[in-house]
Amino acid sequence: MSILVDTGTKLCVSGITGREGTFHSLRNRDYGTQVVAGVTPGKGGQDVEGIPVFNTFHDAVAETGADTAMVFVPPRFAADSILEAEDAGIELVIAITEGIPAHDELKVYNHLRRGRTSLIGPNCPGVLSPGKANVGIIPAQFFKKGNVGLVSRSGTLTYQIGNELAQSGFGNSSIVGIGGDPVPGSSFIDIIELFEADPETELIVMCGEIGGSAEEEAADYIAAKVSKPVLAYIAGFTAPPGKTMGHAGAIVSGSKGTAAAKAEALEAKGVRVGRNPTQVAELAVEVLGARV
Amino acid sequence: MDLLEYQGKQLFKKHGVPVPDGAHAASVREAVEAAEELGFPVVIKAQVQIGGRGKAGGIKLANDRDEAEEHAGAILGMDIRGFTVHELYVERASEIDEEYYAAIVFDRAAKKPMAMLSRMGGMDVEAVAETDPGAMRMLHVDPLVGFQDFHGRRLAFESGIAEDVIRPVGTMLATLYDVFVREDATLVEVNPLLITKQREVVALDAKVTIDANALFRHPDIAELRDVSAEDPQERMAKERGLTYVKLDGNVGILGNGAGLVMSTLDVVAQAGGRPANFLDAGGGSKAEAITSAVEVILSDEKVSAVLFNIFGGITRCDEVARGLIEAFDQIKPEVPFVVRLDGTNDKEGRALLAEANLPNVHTEATMLGAAEKVVELAGAAPAETRA
Repeated sequence: MSILVDTGTKLCVSGITGREGTFHSLRNRDYGTQVVAGVTPGKGGQDVEGIPVFNTFHDAVAETGADTAMVFVPPRFAADSILEAEDAGIELVIAITEGIPAHDELKVYNHLRRGRTSLIGPNCPGVLSPGKANVGIIPAQFFKKGNVGLVSRSGTLTYQIGNELAQSGFGNSSIVGIGGDPVPGSSFIDIIELFEADPETELIVMCGEIGGSAEEEAADYIAAKVSKPVLAYIAGFTAPPGKTMGHAGAIVSGSKGTAAAKAEALEAKGVRVGRNPTQVAELAVEVLGARV
Repeated sequence: MDLLEYQGKQLFKKHGVPVPDGAHAASVREAVEAAEELGFPVVIKAQVQIGGRGKAGGIKLANDRDEAEEHAGAILGMDIRGFTVHELYVERASEIDEEYYAAIVFDRAAKKPMAMLSRMGGMDVEAVAETDPGAMRMLHVDPLVGFQDFHGRRLAFESGIAEDVIRPVGTMLATLYDVFVREDATLVEVNPLLITKQREVVALDAKVTIDANALFRHPDIAELRDVSAEDPQERMAKERGLTYVKLDGNVGILGNGAGLVMSTLDVVAQAGGRPANFLDAGGGSKAEAITSAVEVILSDEKVSAVLFNIFGGITRCDEVARGLIEAFDQIKPEVPFVVRLDGTNDKEGRALLAEANLPNVHTEATMLGAAEKVVELAGAAPAETRA
């Protein structure tokens, strides 16, 4: 088992004919993901290395039975594309696009929450279930199948931590990038809930950063609802207040959203927090080692 | 993107939020002319992005030409908590009866806009929130439905403001929400929201933050600049399309991906060093971008060593190595570099560096090892930046 994407996933890529869209769609297909369709308005009837392109999500779903969407279009078109996917009946949308206006994200988030479609991202590296499917831009070569579920607000930091875990002998059930924007479609809590229910996942590692209160909310949720061990890492202890640190959502506002406060909130609920990526792997050895 | 008061008030005017008449001035002469045009008394206000301007002496009442000249001269060039005043706003003085507080904020936790109203304005709202938490009333607004009359009514009644202004204050909140949505703001704050002696409702201050990701919809706002808040390195980085934040240490840092760079700063600090900057070279960086980034990092004279921490996903380590070699060719850095390359094409990258045999470039296998090495090479931070 794994979460969100697996061998049954039927992927439709919005923006498949763009340079990045083509490159990553084909990489995902090479990994084994079923990439069944692409959408680019005006290019319906064409194909990308054998992947049929449609004008609308509705056509793509009707013709191919696509159930998952990956969104690669530029920021000004991204909200529209996510909403179109939802309208066409797509169950899971994974939005890679960085730089979507916050008000667009608010609209999308509040609309999707009323229906059945889930959103991962935007501004995220996607989801990888090693050995099964890769949807997004995560470099799959560093990860193998295993029992650690990894959820993160950051891309490269996930690779760093995943790699440290791999060097300690751990593989992953799924790796989920929820993205660095202020309004992520799915929160730590949404993903941790899925890992808790996934029989293959034995340890959950969450990787947070400054800004907002998602880590604090996750701490409360873990204490109340999660039986599996959870480890955490928080980036941004040295970030100055009022400065956006690369990700639109990574900003300390006044005294709110600091890394120290997040680490403290997690530790207060019994979640152990590694002080650097290497320490996270060391903690994982302690936890899973003790359980064997 | 934070706007200055006068820039925020221009947006207010555009959307029908009542503000006092005023004019922007960048010199004493312009300020005096503006004051005479507006008619005395006027208020002369420093335009900097920091609270507490009044207490610092950056807001003064002028009753005549001489006072206007004197105050404008005193405020221009003044330092307010680290911000130098380069611009003034000259505004017709208002007759104050009551001061309230109103705001529309972006509530990240609830993922909805939130409207706020308090009858205790004109002061530090966070202090009021501590001493009198009931004074601030807040309501979430469904972004798919928008601000309704009842939101304004509820806030106005519940906050206990004077009865005769309940209707106009409700209207004011609706108009501020309009500004919030139509201008892609993440914050619209009015403190104080003024009730004049004539019982008119007026925005006496304007604190507006515009979502940087939405500037493509607002080319007029994208052009606004605030010279007092600009750092030379940050401006240089921005012009080159790099994500850079200046910090006050001496260890220059370059990485790929915001999270990894943040983590790198932390690890350097844990090793006893002080980061000089945050620089995210981004995903898929090509050699030219790396060369350009090295130039930005080294333009900060405090930098005494540089750390490259790369975990290649889309970014290829051989491209990063090529960029560094090119940078050595072009700018001939005098400070030591520590380079850690992992991930896509790491072997090729390391081989390129070994072959180039650059002076004073050290490679390290791990992130922690690299952090320790760079801190050792950087030496102590200059005295004035030490904690």
